[in-house]
Amino acid sequence: MKKEFVKGMRHGIPIMLGYLSVSFGFGVLCIQQNLSILAAVGISVTNLTSAGQVAGVEIIAAGGSLLEMILCQLVINLRYSLMSLSLSQKLDPSFNIMHRLFVGFGVTDEIFAVASSQSEPLKPSYMYGLILTPFIGWSTGTLLGAIAGDIMPPMVTAALSLMLYGMFIAIILPPARKDRKVLFVVLIAAALSIVIRFCLPMISSGFSVIICALVASVVGALFFPISEQERGEGGT
Amino acid sequence: MSIVAYIAVMAITTYLIRVIPFVAVRGKIKSRFLNSVLYYIPYAVLSAMTFPAIFFATGDVVSSSVGTIAALVMAFFDLPLIVVALSSSAAALITSLIMNAIH
Repeated sequence: MKKEFVKGMRHGIPIMLGYLSVSFGFGVLCIQQNLSILAAVGISVTNLTSAGQVAGVEIIAAGGSLLEMILCQLVINLRYSLMSLSLSQKLDPSFNIMHRLFVGFGVTDEIFAVASSQSEPLKPSYMYGLILTPFIGWSTGTLLGAIAGDIMPPMVTAALSLMLYGMFIAIILPPARKDRKVLFVVLIAAALSIVIRFCLPMISSGFSVIICALVASVVGALFFPISEQERGEGGT
Repeated sequence: MSIVAYIAVMAITTYLIRVIPFVAVRGKIKSRFLNSVLYYIPYAVLSAMTFPAIFFATGDVVSSSVGTIAALVMAFFDLPLIVVALSSSAAALITSLIMNAIH
C-alpha cells in the first residue's frame, strides 16, 4: 500500500512541476485583481483547477453574483464530471465511499490523464499519491506567485500577468493546428467572446465565458461530432 | 459580498461537479452529441477566457499585444508551456521598458 502511494507521488511529479508555473501565474493574477495572498492560496487549496479559478477571480473582482459564480464553475468544470465518470469505471474494489469522496476532489485534466493511462485498476493509495504532489505544486506556486505579485515593481507584475494567458495559448494552439475541428471551436469561442466584450458590454465576464463555451462546443458537436476513438486520444 | 462566500461557493460547486459522478453514476454516457460537447468545452473555455482579455492583461494594449504575438509564435512551434508563458511576459516587459524610455 505504501508502495502504491509512493508510485502515485512519483507519477505526480511532472504534473507538480507544470502546476508550479501555471499557479504562479494565477497567484500574480490574484494580486493584480486586488485579492489578498491568503485569498489567492485559499482559492487554490480548495479548488485545484486552473480555468475555473481564473474565471472565479474575475467574477470576484467584478463583484458578480453567487449565481453567476455557480453557473460559471458548472460550465467550465463540467468536463470533470465526464472524467470522474470515466475513472469510476477503473477503480479497484477497495475504493469505498469515503475514498471516493476524497479522491473525487483531485480529479484534474492532468491527474485524469495519468490515472486513466494506468493498465491495472486504481487503488486508493495510488490516487492519494498521484493527487498529493500536484496539489503541493499548485498551492506552493500560487503562494509564490502572490508574494511575487506583491513585492515586485508594478511593471514586472503587469508583464507576469500575461503568463497565464500565454499558457492557455500554449494549451489550445498545438491541438488546434493539428485538428481543424478544434480550431473551428476555438475560433468561434474567441470571436464570440470578442463580440460580447465590445458590442454587449452589459454581459459580465463570467456569463460571457459560459455563453461562448457552450455555443462554440454545441456548434462544434453539431457540425463535427467526435468518435469514440478520437475522444480517447484528446484532452488537455 | 464577502470573499469567503465567493470562495466557498466556488469550491463547493467545483467539488460537487467532480464527486457526484464519482460516487453516484455507473455506466457510460452513450450520447455522441453530449460526448462531443464535453470534448470541445476545455478548448472553447480557454479560448473565450484568453480572447480578448489577453490584449488588456498588462493594462496597456501595446505591450499586451506584443506579448500575445510572442505567445502565439512560441506555441505555434510547440514549445513547452513555461517557455511560451515566460517569453510572452518577457516580450511585454521589454516593450513597456522601451515605451517608457521613449516617453
